Order: sequence, then C-alpha cells, then structure tokens
Amino acid sequence: MSTLVFFIAAIGAITGAIGVIALKNPYYSALALAGHMISLAALFLLLRAEFLAAAQVIIYAGAVIVLYVFVVSYVGDAVPAVGANPGRIAALGAFACGTALVVELLIAVLGSGLQAINHDGAPYHAGFGTPGQIGTLLLTRFLAPFEIASYLLLVAAIGAVTLARRRHGLEDGVEGQPPALELADLFGLRPQGTGTMHEAGGAVEVVEP
Amino acid sequence: MSIAWYLTLSALIFGMGAGGVLVRRNPIVILFCLELMLNAANLALIGFSRMWGNGDGQIFALIVVVVAACEVTVGLGLIVAMHRRRLPVDVDEMRELSG
Repeated sequence: MSTLVFFIAAIGAITGAIGVIALKNPYYSALALAGHMISLAALFLLLRAEFLAAAQVIIYAGAVIVLYVFVVSYVGDAVPAVGANPGRIAALGAFACGTALVVELLIAVLGSGLQAINHDGAPYHAGFGTPGQIGTLLLTRFLAPFEIASYLLLVAAIGAVTLARRRHGLEDGVEGQPPALELADLFGLRPQGTGTMHEAGGAVEVVEP
Repeated sequence: MSIAWYLTLSALIFGMGAGGVLVRRNPIVILFCLELMLNAANLALIGFSRMWGNGDGQIFALIVVVVAACEVTVGLGLIVAMHRRRLPVDVDEMRELSG
C-alpha cells in the first residue's frame, strides 16, 4: 500500500516539477507548483512527518502560492513573452547541468555506503513527527533557531515593505532616469506622498498629486 | 519503501529545479524553481530524520520552510519594485551590476 502511494505521489511531484519548468504561462507554473507541493506533503506523511505535511499544505500550497499568484497578476503583461523562450543551446546546456547534478547527487547518496538507506528507517514509535514532539523540540533543544527564525521573518517583512512601497513624489528627476537618493531622504525630510512608513500608518494626511 | 527511493526522488527534483533556474528568464519562475530545490532538500532531510528515528531533521526542514518564506517575500518585493520602476521583468535585461 505504501509503495503504491509513494509512486503516485512521486509521479505527481515529478510532473509538477516538469510543469513548473516547461509551462510558458506563469499562472500555470504556479498551479503546477501547488500540485507538486501537495504531492510532497503526501510523501512527508509516508515518512511520518505529520506536522510538516500539514505545514507544507498550509504554508506552501496555501499562503506562498497565493502570494505568487497575486504578484503574477500584478506584474501581468510586463513579463515579456520572449522570457519563456530561451535559445536552444541555453536549454541544452541547462539540461546537461541538471542531469550532471542529478548523477552526482545519486552517486554521492547511493554510493555513500550507508547501510540504513536500504531499509525502511528506524522502528516507529508513537508520537514521532506529531505537533507535540515538534513543539517540544522547538521550545527546548532548538529554542535559539526558533527565535532567530522569528526575527528573520520580521526582518524579511520589513524589507519587503521597504522594497515594494510606493515612491511617487520622488519621480521629478531627469526624464527617463530614476531619481537620485539624497541625504534628506534618509532622515524623513521627504515631500508628502512619498510612501514613508509614517504615512502608511495614517499619521500624516496625504494629498494625492 | 526504503529511504533510498526518497533520496533518489529528492535528487531528481533538485536537478530539475537547478535546470529551471538556468533555463528560465522570468524572475517569478526562477523563484518557483528555487522553491523546487528547497523542497527537494526538505524531502531528503525528512527522509534522513525517518532513517534515524529522531525529530531533529524535521526541525531543520521547518526552519528551511521559514527561510523559504522570507526569500519569497523579499524576491517578490524586488519584482514589484522592478515593475513599479517600469524596468523589464527579465533577468537577462537586468545586468547593470555585471561588469
């Protein structure tokens, strides 16, 4: 039974991966990626990683894919059609690189002489991979990585807002060139409507130009 | 199923992701392919975690998921910023930093 589930999920994962690479429309790529994630979640379940399977479906197939689809629909037509069509030599080169990498990984993993990879794994004991076990580990042995990961998420959120915020009002530079960053910009002395955090919080009345 | 099957599948998916990063020019699809590679690494980590029968590998995979989420956020922020400045969303056109 587990063999059958493994092969169905593995075929789903490989099909999804091929779809991500080969499909020209980024929407379809995102859909293929969602299918790939769900197949991987099934594989995680076979490996008794119940919590991670649930997290995979919720975080990846849910939140991350939604974020991708939003950005694909926002950028939309700006993605040039030529981007989906690399030269033949480039495609062949990439295929050769990928194949070489797979062969190298297989030699490294299967030729490693580890006896245990030819077995089903350690004997299963109740509670392995459950949210309880993961939570206990995260809050005892791995407390420092847990806290650092939360800090990293905070930094990434602030960084994304800073990168992607609106900057109109600074566009009166030379035509065709992006406006230069000035010293005053760093101290919040910018003109109104330039998308500072202060304005985003609603503390300042913004006059739309 | 022996762990070797999972590791083989993981190597295959990783190779596909690496090939996709090389062959595609749309930065969004390149981010997709990075996700493929991270997921392949996660599969190997969880396979080894099952092999040893302790949960450390699963914690590692969880942290990898967090880092992947951060990478997606910043990468998509960059793509949105490129689009806002009306720059071409194509990695071969964005080469001002290369010498």
